[in-house]
Amino acid sequence: MKLLLENAHIEGIRYYEIYRKHGGYRAAEKALKMAPDEIVEEVKKSGLRGRGGAGFPAGMKWSFLAKPEGVPRHLVCNADESEPGTFKDRYLMEFLPHLLIEGLLISSFALGSNLTFIYIRGEYAWIVDVLEQAIAEAKTNGWLGKNIQGTGFDCEIHVQRGAGAYICGEETALLESLEGKRGNPRIKPPFPAVQGLWLRPTVVNNVETLAAVVPIMNIGGEAYSKIGVGRSTGTKLISACGNINKPGVYEIEMNLSVEEFIYSDEYCSGIPKGKKLKACIPGGSSVPIVPANLLFKTAKGETRYMNYESLSDGGFATGTMMGSGGFIVLDEDQCVVRHTMTLARFYNHESCGQCSPCREGTGWMYKILKNIEYGKGKMSDIDLLWDIQGKIEGNTICPLGDAAAWPVAAAIRHFRDEFEWHVTHPEEAQTRNYGLAHYAEPLSTVTV
Amino acid sequence: MKFSEEKLKKVNEIIARYPDGKQKSALIPILHIAQEENNGWLDVTTMDHVAIMLNILPIEVYEVATFYSMFNLKPVGKHVFEVCRTGPCMLNGSDDIIQYIKDKLGINEGETTSDGLFTLKPAECLGACGYAPMMQLGKHYREHLTKEKVDLIIDECRRNAAKNN
Ligand SMILES: Cc1cc2nc3c(=O)[nH]c(=O)nc-3n(C[C@H](O)[C@H](O)[C@H](O)COP(=O)(O)O)c2cc1C
Ligand code: SF4
Repeated sequence: MKLLLENAHIEGIRYYEIYRKHGGYRAAEKALKMAPDEIVEEVKKSGLRGRGGAGFPAGMKWSFLAKPEGVPRHLVCNADESEPGTFKDRYLMEFLPHLLIEGLLISSFALGSNLTFIYIRGEYAWIVDVLEQAIAEAKTNGWLGKNIQGTGFDCEIHVQRGAGAYICGEETALLESLEGKRGNPRIKPPFPAVQGLWLRPTVVNNVETLAAVVPIMNIGGEAYSKIGVGRSTGTKLISACGNINKPGVYEIEMNLSVEEFIYSDEYCSGIPKGKKLKACIPGGSSVPIVPANLLFKTAKGETRYMNYESLSDGGFATGTMMGSGGFIVLDEDQCVVRHTMTLARFYNHESCGQCSPCREGTGWMYKILKNIEYGKGKMSDIDLLWDIQGKIEGNTICPLGDAAAWPVAAAIRHFRDEFEWHVTHPEEAQTRNYGLAHYAEPLSTVTV
Repeated sequence: MKFSEEKLKKVNEIIARYPDGKQKSALIPILHIAQEENNGWLDVTTMDHVAIMLNILPIEVYEVATFYSMFNLKPVGKHVFEVCRTGPCMLNGSDDIIQYIKDKLGINEGETTSDGLFTLKPAECLGACGYAPMMQLGKHYREHLTKEKVDLIIDECRRNAAKNN
């Protein structure tokens, strides 16, 4: 079942008239007749969880929003989308801008935000035009601006461009950036719901989360909560990439098995050139990599599904996380050390530098991984890496530290022999003749 | 450093978005415009000018300009190739594409060709992982890169430059 992308293929759906003709703004019509708290209640009932990575229940977050007398409140849509492997929000905004605008209007009404921002990563420059065009159309048709549809509710939406900084996806760094500052995360508490943008109560939600409010209003929270499985309700956008035949953005129900997602013609359609699957990072670069033998079945031998609970089954020892839905597949010829090195470089580049464990630790991890990758590593370097990642995790202001530590930890946990191979085969490593066939078979043992 | 009429209008529109006293929020959007107006980079004069426009201290502008990777603090070529090299692009051959561009243009990462036409700027994940390898060129992405495609892009840039001269 598709709730978000159902109409994505329709020619011209980007424009107001066509979007409206296909049922657009019907959810808004319905919502504007409700009391704001009733909308919050519907979202709570739906079980919708934040789609930005952490999976926090959206309705609960909304109910935490402080409402002090006389202080304006704001809704901010997080469109920073910079987690490697993740490109779903871009797809949604580019092809269905009105779906997001409609979701923002309903959410702004529910939360009482008269001034709402979409904070979008600076590189998505052309999408800013798409969104601004949609906003202008919505305004012309009375869905934004003053006294919307005669309700007396006013709302403006502005698109604000970032300028190249992954950390600005972290909600408090995003708010700092929106205030015209460096993207340094704030210490929490206070949480944005109490002191957010300009110290006013603020809700920050991901693009996909806010777009999902539209189908929730259309079909009702109760019906939405019945789609999917357990606490993984509704549908999820997965951006699939790496070594697969059909990379792209897929909307899935969360009772789909991982195996089907990779091999079915409806989704990734398997691995190019008939190669074998080596490993997968199913939720964006920050979540632990899992080897093929732990991907389709959990440690208990149960089928693994594409949802929050099943993907994390087994904890970090044998599981991973749903994260942002950035699904990265590695085939048998890929080098885990090199892949991990590029991620370490990424986190080092993106650390804001406020906390020493993150600022220094990410630099050291990158340097050591580079040495190992280029055949200059020592056996003790592997333990050193393990030690450093452990000292970053949990010791920083924001979760970027953890996000940098986990991929390194998981790579060593599951592919230690590959790191060792680089140390014992310096020449081959240098010429990047990895001899990877050796690792193509799923590892039989898992070192924890 | 001067903003064109049209850009000045845009700047004022942006400043008007924010509540009274919160005009500093306009800083990043305005720096983007300033960079466009100043051949793709920000010099101190430009940044000082932005500080005056927003009635903030110059240091507040420098702090921000130095934090974000899209702001160039040195002159850049007319066409900046920002080629992604992070995990998913690497899995799809970005290393080879970067090497090919280096060889073809005779420059290293971070350098500009002597004719001032091209700069190669290494980039981290740009959110195009499913369409890898890729680069950002100006406002748009060039995706599914191959060596042949890179040749075409370079030719296209050269032709445009010749036309504008
Ligand atoms: C380093 C870092 C980067 C993040 N990047 C994003 C991002 O690009 N987009 C996003 O929606 N959330 C991102 N988040 C999560 C946000 O902090 C926040 O939890 C989210 O926007 C809340 O929205 P949701 O509840 O709808 O998911 C990031 C978090 C961290 C720590
Ligand atoms: S963990 Fe890293 S990115 Fe987060 S606040 Fe600390 S230094 Fe900055």
